[in-house]
Amino acid sequence: MRLVLEKRAGASGRMAILSPLIAIALTLITGGIIFALRGLNPFSALYVFFAEPLTTSWSVEQLIVKATPLAMIGAGLAVSYMANVWNIGAEGQLTAGAILGSAVPVFFPEFQSPLTLVLMLALGIAGGMAWASIPAFLKNRFGANEILTSLMLVYLIQLMLDWLVRGPWRDPKGYNFPKTIAFTDWQLLPQFQVLPPSIGPIYINLGAIFAVAAAVALAFMMGRTLKGYELRVQGIAPRAGRFSGFPREKTVWFCFLLSGGLAGLAGICEVMSTVGQLQPGISPGYGFTAIIVAFLGRLNPIGALVAAFALAISYLGGESAQVALGISDKTARVFQGILLFYILACDSLILHRLKFIGRRPRLAEAEA
Amino acid sequence: MDYLLEALHVTKVFGSLKANDDVTLKVKPGEIHAFLGENGAGKSTLVKMIYGALQPTSGEFRWMGKTVTIPSPAAARKLGVGMVFQHFSLFEALTVAENIALAMPGAFDMRKLSGRIARVSRDYGLPLEPSAVVADLSVGERQRIEIVRCLLQEPKLLIMDEPTAVLTPQEADQLFITLQRLASEGCAVIYISHRLEEVKRLCHNVTILRHGKVVANVDPGRETAASLARLMVGGDIHVVKSAREDRRGAARLKLDRLRLPADGPFAVELRNISLEVRAGEVVAIAGVAGNGQQELFDAVSGERSLAQAAMLVIDGKPMGHDGVNTRRNAGAAFVPEERLGHGAVPAFTLSQNVVLTRHSSDAALVRSGLVSSGGAAGVSERIVRDFDVRKGKPDPEARSLSGGNLQKFVVGRELDRRPGVLVINQPTWGVDAGASATIRQAIVDLARQGSAVLVISQDLDEIFEIADRIAVISRGELSEAYPASGLTSEKIGLLMAGAHEIRQTSGKETAHAARA
Repeated sequence: MRLVLEKRAGASGRMAILSPLIAIALTLITGGIIFALRGLNPFSALYVFFAEPLTTSWSVEQLIVKATPLAMIGAGLAVSYMANVWNIGAEGQLTAGAILGSAVPVFFPEFQSPLTLVLMLALGIAGGMAWASIPAFLKNRFGANEILTSLMLVYLIQLMLDWLVRGPWRDPKGYNFPKTIAFTDWQLLPQFQVLPPSIGPIYINLGAIFAVAAAVALAFMMGRTLKGYELRVQGIAPRAGRFSGFPREKTVWFCFLLSGGLAGLAGICEVMSTVGQLQPGISPGYGFTAIIVAFLGRLNPIGALVAAFALAISYLGGESAQVALGISDKTARVFQGILLFYILACDSLILHRLKFIGRRPRLAEAEA
Repeated sequence: MDYLLEALHVTKVFGSLKANDDVTLKVKPGEIHAFLGENGAGKSTLVKMIYGALQPTSGEFRWMGKTVTIPSPAAARKLGVGMVFQHFSLFEALTVAENIALAMPGAFDMRKLSGRIARVSRDYGLPLEPSAVVADLSVGERQRIEIVRCLLQEPKLLIMDEPTAVLTPQEADQLFITLQRLASEGCAVIYISHRLEEVKRLCHNVTILRHGKVVANVDPGRETAASLARLMVGGDIHVVKSAREDRRGAARLKLDRLRLPADGPFAVELRNISLEVRAGEVVAIAGVAGNGQQELFDAVSGERSLAQAAMLVIDGKPMGHDGVNTRRNAGAAFVPEERLGHGAVPAFTLSQNVVLTRHSSDAALVRSGLVSSGGAAGVSERIVRDFDVRKGKPDPEARSLSGGNLQKFVVGRELDRRPGVLVINQPTWGVDAGASATIRQAIVDLARQGSAVLVISQDLDEIFEIADRIAVISRGELSEAYPASGLTSEKIGLLMAGAHEIRQTSGKETAHAARA
């Protein structure tokens, strides 16, 4: 007996929705097996990992904190991937945004006004765009593969960050720790209380609002505007896109600047809220995890917003599993990898179906 | 053993579609047996089952009187069935002998194989040089490789899927001699075609298929082309009224010494192409596939930019540097060869596909950057009504339409704009006779209303039906455009083979020209 993939007559709408759910289910099963092999009770381990983070108002707040950069970057990547532009270097653009935005408090620590906030955010976006423009230029000018160039640039900018905070930008009163001065007042994002204390006070910062706004705006762009039409055509039928007269080079620029700008915004928002200063390790790999967010969200910006929460749980779960179960918080990365693997595998079921083929034809061949 | 192959009550079902419905037919050794039918009549499905690529849903095949199942093409080859597909499976960077060796089972000696290739190709009048690289060969020569590859396995039955669609008339004549020779030695040939004259000339027996069923089995010698056509489509075909007359209007599309470098190792370079298409006329460019038609279309449509603006003039305006939308806004319209993925986005609905080519020229479709789905739906409905596009749903995805209906839509989308210049590549490629007639009539009507129409086509019957003047493209060079009334298909055949090429060439290239 053999198992074959048979092409469907058309894309299955049901599978397009079911695919990420099946992938999540398979990830949980695989995770349970991994826990069991480590000698843990798989059910309680999975509970600690995936359910406990949702039980207290503090952890819901943390969930939003983690989901914010994921949604912001994921929405931009979703648009970019939809148009067949493969920006894999969002982590680097995030770092570039964080660095450029942080230049304001580092060089002008006394500059305190609402303008400080605006300027830092604008420089964050500009930093991400600038870093993303390198692979865009190389792609258009030399045809260099953007997957490779954007990925390699991540390591470059991370080393530059390291050098800055250990060298010229180091806090002189920081006991030689590799970090800049701590940001204060207008150098930090304002926070809002969204739920009253009776339910459990939940605070969110301005970044979460940016993330929602970005996802909604990009979903509108993709669904209703000619620009969105142009990007979708180029993604699913490049030849038709050319026939339609949409210049490919402009699209490469647009996608890199958009997704890079959002990654830069996510970076500066991180240092202006949770981190509070520039230091190495400002992001636990948000830029890479956002790739999974984009795919889990069906390359739809609103979908990315939802998927960001699923991946945010895996970050929190990793932390609580480290405390409660004594396993490495790198387990979160393992889960994220397994999830991406299953999503991509399940997505092939949208255009194909599985079919078992009996042995009979083989025998007949032998006779013939 | 009277029959080599018998198909008894063979039915093949794909989902809800019966591609073959209770097909019964018999093929004798040494017989050239035609399968005649429109696109979608079930010819290809039937031969794919004979070749083992598909399995029948019910019914059986008998081979030399014995019931057989043919589970795979390898099993079919073992029985003695060979097939030459319409689309060749050759590696362009390898030589003829290397390509053939790849298909041979087991170990082989390259030198011996070259000897066998040379012998078989000589015996059957299929001149081939075993050491030639495929990329340098014409389509006719590539087809010979496929045939020789089959013949080396000494088949009892050879299946040819529309072999002459890609050949010049002279190449086709040569092929017929080979097939007749094979038949005289006892090899049966199944010959798939929808060219009636060919079938009448070559075949001993014709099985006509319509909607998956066998509707007739006749002796082609006793039928006329018209009676075969009636059996094939189940009614009389609409005859295009072209009312040909010499109305010399102003030149609306002018190509002036157009050049375009090749953009890949196996692409064609366009050299010094000059042509004028005037208001009111249809000019056709004939030629064997792969001689620069695609490149010429890309250059004229603006998908590839030209070195000088003056190389392409639309209504007196040099537009060689302008993109496809600027040319559209100047009144030109373009229909590419490939419907799915080029002319239309397969996964988009028809109304979304309206936006594809009309977003810059049609103010009602895009308002301040927003796509108006209502406006697009309105245009889509008008095209569907005017061009009789048959569809299952109100606004289906493009890929769910049949080839003919999608082509009517893609052509209709451009004609609906009343363009001053229309450039259309292979207007009725893979389209059934009914839809072809609709499209051809619409093209001619557009020209008679004062537009200039340039048709690129491989189908000589189509060209003679609609063109006022005909030019021939061969290896990137275009002949002069001759009035259609003064041309015969023999003359066109000579031009297709490169008789007009004036380029100063080295000895090697001249040899190619002579062979092609």
